[in-house]
Order: sequence, then C-alpha cells, then structure tokens
Amino acid sequence: MTFTANHPASRDQAKVMNRFDITKRMVARLKHDEAVIGGIGYTNFDLWAAGRRPQNFYMLGSMGLAVPIALGVALAQPQRKVIALEGDGSILMQVGSLATVAARKQKNLAIVIMDNGTYQITGGQLTSTELGADIVAMARGAGIAQSAWAADEAAFEELIELSLREDGPWLIGCRIDKEKPAETTERDPPRIRDQFMRGLGVKQ
Amino acid sequence: MDEEAPGAWHEIVRDVLKRHQVKLVTYVPDNVLRPLIDAVHGDSFFTAFSCAREEEAVGIVSGAWMGGLRGIVLMQTSGFATLPNAIASLAVPFQIPVLMMVSERGTLGEFNIGQSLVARTMRPVLQALAVEHHTMTRLDEVEFIVDRSITQAVATQAPCVFILSPLLTGGKVFAK
Ligand SMILES: Cc1ncc(C[n+]2csc(CCOP(=O)(O)OP(=O)(O)O)c2C)c(N)n1
Repeated sequence: MTFTANHPASRDQAKVMNRFDITKRMVARLKHDEAVIGGIGYTNFDLWAAGRRPQNFYMLGSMGLAVPIALGVALAQPQRKVIALEGDGSILMQVGSLATVAARKQKNLAIVIMDNGTYQITGGQLTSTELGADIVAMARGAGIAQSAWAADEAAFEELIELSLREDGPWLIGCRIDKEKPAETTERDPPRIRDQFMRGLGVKQ
Repeated sequence: MDEEAPGAWHEIVRDVLKRHQVKLVTYVPDNVLRPLIDAVHGDSFFTAFSCAREEEAVGIVSGAWMGGLRGIVLMQTSGFATLPNAIASLAVPFQIPVLMMVSERGTLGEFNIGQSLVARTMRPVLQALAVEHHTMTRLDEVEFIVDRSITQAVATQAPCVFILSPLLTGGKVFAK
C-alpha cells in the first residue's frame, strides 16, 4: 500500500505536533463543504477555534461518539466527505465503532485521532496509548486497512489530501503535544445542531 | 403465531417505518427482535446493520438524522440500560428525534435475575429525562402508536422509545 510509504509504522516514530496547528491545516484543505465532527475533550475546542464552518458539529458530551455520528452523516450523504476528529481517550471508549466503520466500508469517511496520550481535559491522566496501545494498529486490526500515523505536518496534510480524494475509510493517527486549546466552544446544542443541518443542506 | 402471517407485530412496524421513510436501522440484537431484524434485512428499502454497542447505534442514527436520513435503534432492555448518557447528552439537548425500540426483558416470566433488575432501571430513566415512551402490549395498537409517535418525534424534535411488551411479542420463554 503506497499511502503508508512516507509514514512511520509505529506511534513512537511519529512527530509530536500541535492540535490547533494541524486542525487549522486540515480545515484549510476543506474545499467542498466537507462535514467535520469534533469529539468531546479538547478536540472540538480547537475545531471551533479554527473557524466557524456551518459544516462543523461540536460535541458537548457523549464521549466516544464522534466516529458513530460521523458514520451516520456519511451514510445519509454519500456524496459528501465526512471527517471525525476524536481524542485518544474517547476512541478507546468506543473502539468497537472502528470495526463497524470497517464493516460498512464507508468510502466517504475519514477519522483523525488526536493522540496526546492523556485525558487532557480532565486533568491529564494517562491513557493507555501512552503505555503501549497503538490506535493505528488497532484500527488496522478492526479492518480499516488505510490507517497510518502522520510522520509530521507535511505528512498529515498529504494524508488529509489523500483521504479527501480517494475512497475510505481512512484513519490518520496524530501525536500531539499538551498545549491547551486556543478557544472554548460555545455550549449551545440546539444552535450547533441547527447550523450543522443548514450547513449540510438538510434545512433551508 | 406464524411469523410470516400478514399483520404480525414486526410486519406492522416494518410497514410503518417505511411509510415514514425511516430507512436506517442500527441494532444490537435480541431474540425477540429477530423477526423485525430479519424483515428489515430482507427489504432493500432499509439499510440495516449491527453495532458493537447501543450507544454507537444511537450516535449513528443521530448523525444520519442531521444528514437528512431517518433511523431507528433496536435493542433489548439491557442495551437501553447503557444509554442514559447518550440520550441525556446528545439526543435530548441537541433536539434529535432518535427513535428507539426496546424488546422488554425482565418481566412477565423472566428467568434471569440480572435481566429483571436491569429492566427496572428503564422507565425511571425515561421519566427522569422526560423522554416520550410507549409500551405496546396489543397487536391492534402497534400501528397507531408507532405511526403517531414518529410523527410527533419529528415534529417536536425529540427522541421516542417504543417498548415491546412480552404481551405483544410472546417474549422469551423460560429455558432451563
Ligand atoms: C462517559 C464519560 N466518561 C467520562 C467523561 C469525562 N470526560 C470528559 S472528556 C474526557 C477525556 C477525553 O479524553 P480525550 O478524548 O483523549 O481528549 P482530550 O481531553 O485529551 O482532548 C473525560 C474522561 C465523560 N464526559 N463521559
């Protein structure tokens, strides 16, 4: 598989990047109103800080459900690319959802894991990724063959580009530092949902 | 009852779901739900698949609703017991009409004490969250309840739970 050629095989070899920086890099590449689901934890905070796109959905609870929500959007709108942005702690809670995504062979879905090795928002307690668990390897084991660690920022952009262009499902593992998020998401669920549905063209 | 006979509960449910354009069915299986699961798998109108957890199934149906596709989650009572967090932090505050159908274990001849205890948590949770729910006990009320409640869920942007009583389905009978 050529897509992995420029990417390290294991978590240890991947560069530690910054969540806000790579979130901005990702958003800058979204040219076709792609939907993005920001998971609980700091993941959705930096998505919010990266610019208010109507195609963004910000979670305020339901830890671990970014991937299932993204899969639902992807099922509903097969012509639109959908990205789930999820933290390592959160995906560990709902790791079975990776197998569901793989079983669906969901072409228009990409999963980006922001792996800081901690439950950062609750005080920085270690997750098991810091103790040896490799989410990219787990995703491959679940059946998402196109899973890779981003070696560095350039590789991350290349993988995002690839996931937007080629059929998925994709999983991109990103090691990130422990920098606080740039902003705090506004906690107004009906408004978030309403804007998202308008952004997806479901409501006028 | 002959499962293929027209007018079985699962056929009524399948037909009402179709009429309301509820095309997505996510589930963690249960024996009582089997004929309905088989019915939706056997009809190309539906996209039906199992999930690893009920929470995941609720997340998928929530995302699908926001993308313009209606869905329902099928589960048994023990599956519902894993859902208060997802209902309270996703479906209710975001005003998403997640439809849920629960096969009721734990009552009217239950043989597994774990099931009977878990089942007692269901209605208090639904009441605490003020989630609309109906227990279906008779064949002649199934169509009315499911039809009207889907209309209401969509119109009021609120989740709704349909409880399939053993009085309707026969439930799971005592097995040693
Ligand atoms: C079911 C559940 N358990 C625990 C919590 C508390 N909680 C909220 S965010 C979070 C950590 C999320 O970790 P991660 O996904 O790695 O994101 P990060 O905080 O590192 O950005 C926890 C434990 C919760 N909201 N829901």
